[in-house]
Amino acid sequence: MGKLVDRPEPDVMIQSYLPEVWNGMKRVSKHFFANLLMKKGYVTIQYPEQKIDYAPRFRGNHRLMHREDGTVRCVACFLCSTACPADCISIVAGETDNRDVEKAPVKFEIDHLRCIFCGFCEEACPCDAIRLDSGEHRVPAFTRKDEMSGKEDLLSRGGPSISKQGGEFK
Amino acid sequence: MDLTFLLMTLLKIVLICFVFAMILGAILTWGERKLSAVVQDRIGPNRASILGVTALGLMHPIADMLKAFTKEDFVPAGANRFLFAMAPMLAMVPPLVVFAVVPFGPGPDFVIAPLDTGVLFIFAIGGMGIYGATLGGWSSNNSFALLGSLRAAAQMISYEVSMGLNLVGIFMIFGTVSLSNIVLGQGQLLWGWLPMWGIVVQPVAFILFMTASMAENKRAPFDLPEGESEILGYNLEYSSMRFALFFLSEFVEIVVIAAMAATLFFGGWQIPWVDPQGTAGGWITVGQVAAFVGKVVFLCWVQLIIRWTLPRFRYDQVMALGWKYLLPLSLLNIVATAVVLAML
Repeated sequence: MGKLVDRPEPDVMIQSYLPEVWNGMKRVSKHFFANLLMKKGYVTIQYPEQKIDYAPRFRGNHRLMHREDGTVRCVACFLCSTACPADCISIVAGETDNRDVEKAPVKFEIDHLRCIFCGFCEEACPCDAIRLDSGEHRVPAFTRKDEMSGKEDLLSRGGPSISKQGGEFK
Repeated sequence: MDLTFLLMTLLKIVLICFVFAMILGAILTWGERKLSAVVQDRIGPNRASILGVTALGLMHPIADMLKAFTKEDFVPAGANRFLFAMAPMLAMVPPLVVFAVVPFGPGPDFVIAPLDTGVLFIFAIGGMGIYGATLGGWSSNNSFALLGSLRAAAQMISYEVSMGLNLVGIFMIFGTVSLSNIVLGQGQLLWGWLPMWGIVVQPVAFILFMTASMAENKRAPFDLPEGESEILGYNLEYSSMRFALFFLSEFVEIVVIAAMAATLFFGGWQIPWVDPQGTAGGWITVGQVAAFVGKVVFLCWVQLIIRWTLPRFRYDQVMALGWKYLLPLSLLNIVATAVVLAML
């Protein structure tokens, strides 16, 4: 059962149009003079010169976190690339000297042209290795190649993570 | 016809047509963007600068000009090249020619050609403005542009009728069609204190005239001939300076409408209660010219405010407004004026 909306016929003042034109012009002129006299000031941000901080939860450029010895925390488990709805993470796993983990990525590449910055990789990662909290906005590039971020690029934005890898076992 | 007269006339043409009308038109391209920003609580154009001087964005018309001149001048395949090149000029020239009969101050020194048939001359020349829009759309070999020019032609012809009829009341009251004499007539006082301006004796005609002339000028809320955002218009195939000419002609036409409305309805160069015959000379004459320019600028501002207040009409609404409301109302206005004049 739909709801019947009461739509009254517009009265003579509205149908004759001119009084409403006058009201509209009054409203517009009010804004004009208020802004001319700088009553409120503008909310516009003069972007390239003046920037505001992004919110702490802002998902910007990806980064790969470091271990205490500076190597990559990623263990090449492929959970992020599996979770990725845009299919933008490509990982090649390889051997590592670290005896605590089985694998480490030889190649870790993110295609920013495919990435939708949803943060599912962040959520899927069991090692707190990939994060999107760099706080940097993704800048456009001129070639497709420049839109691919490799392991070194991602690590250069990374930092130490305080989370314990592998839990408290042992 | 001696040499001094020729030189003086040339000087007046340069001063009025090119300095006053063109520069005010160019400033209006900035004014429109700035005003639209200010009424919408934005800042508007403020970036273009010469050596770091932005002057509130007043350098933008210059930047636009440079951009328009350096862009590719594109002519579509199958276009009638002669008419295609001709149309922007046909759009630009009539609004400038109209200034020939507008009195900027008292006496024949402040008008290029003090014609006795002033207003009729304005209508004759203003009617040619249709050709620019119509030929522009027709010659560019594009169906959308052709449809736009058809809309332009239909709209401008419809509104020109009531635009002309609106002024008949003014002619009847002041008994002349010469703009200079109409301005002199508006120096009289009603009941000894009220200036007999056109807007006082013909308020209905003023509203109808502004409506009809804004429709004539193809600006929002009557901008269907252009409709740049969705239905496309007659200037669809134009680029670079030719497009800019179409646009500039629109802004010069704003100045024309403002000058006509100031002359016919706001007492032209008259300052109320000061020197109604315009014979004082000296600083009073300077003040009277300044008063006229001030009225023109104010009426330009009013037109911009209207443009940023009202949404666009549907095309059938435009036609209905023109033929079913404006035309009968202007005829009624003539009859009412005649009855009142006969009774007095």
